[in-house]
Amino acid sequence: MVRDSLGVAVATGTYGLSFGAVGVASGLSLAQTCALSLVMFTGASQFALAGVLGSGGTALAGALTALLLGTRNALYGLRMAPLLGYRGWRRYAAAHVLIDESTAMGATRPTRELARTGFVTTGATIFVLWNLSTLLGALAGGRLGDPRDLGLDAAVGAAFLALLWPRLTTPALRATAALAAVVAAGAVTVTPAGVPVLVAAGVAVLVGALSR
Amino acid sequence: MTLWWAVLGAGIGCYLLKIAGLSVPARILGNPLVARIADLIPVALLSALVTVQVLAAPEGRALVLDARVLALGVAVLLLLARAPFLVVVFGSAAAAALVRLL
Repeated sequence: MVRDSLGVAVATGTYGLSFGAVGVASGLSLAQTCALSLVMFTGASQFALAGVLGSGGTALAGALTALLLGTRNALYGLRMAPLLGYRGWRRYAAAHVLIDESTAMGATRPTRELARTGFVTTGATIFVLWNLSTLLGALAGGRLGDPRDLGLDAAVGAAFLALLWPRLTTPALRATAALAAVVAAGAVTVTPAGVPVLVAAGVAVLVGALSR
Repeated sequence: MTLWWAVLGAGIGCYLLKIAGLSVPARILGNPLVARIADLIPVALLSALVTVQVLAAPEGRALVLDARVLALGVAVLLLLARAPFLVVVFGSAAAAALVRLL
């Protein structure tokens, strides 16, 4: 099981390379890119902040998008809390590594001890690899010249698509994705950069409220 | 400076969301409507982010078809072929770079 966790961690650590490169290409400094991986430590939110800034959005729009994407971690916490049964400082430490992968590797275990092992091994290994690979990616990205010549602006779209792809598991989710894309494309023409993505969050609220 | 506020503010906010999930009684966040919407939010946001990244004109407030659309097509093919994340991202970047070079 520890080997499974390490496998997931190594695979995820390599995303960090792309985040580091994309971060500096979007106008964040090396220190800001690394600070995101250290403090925020939740991949999709970090990519979102960089993506919104890179496409000309304001810092506020970027931060709001990152926070909205971070709401899913609260639900992971809800699922993991009874399984992990942490109290006091352990709960505050565990919260920092509460992400997609650590939840996936911890939630399926039959006992508390195994759930803790899966969660902590995955979370801690990813944290170390994610931060190291962010630094490497940012250093490399900063030295490579114009991000557009390297196609790095297109890479951000590909990164979001790769994050979205495994989530499109039901017709409702696919319909939400399609509707959000149309709404965002429409909003691009009438709102400042960064806002279209926030408008699309409204699609999730609407679909969620109307479907039962 | 504004950027630092965004980086640290959103970073700490994301941590607070995590700790809230681990600490708040299940009945508040366990509300089925909240759970359903929270399930849909990442999908809606990621889909919107793809759209904006690929179609929004760099100068803003317009849609434009350029090398990025082709690069996204390459990403789709790579995802269908079950390529790893890094290959999808940098394969797509290479496609865009190549088109711009030609």
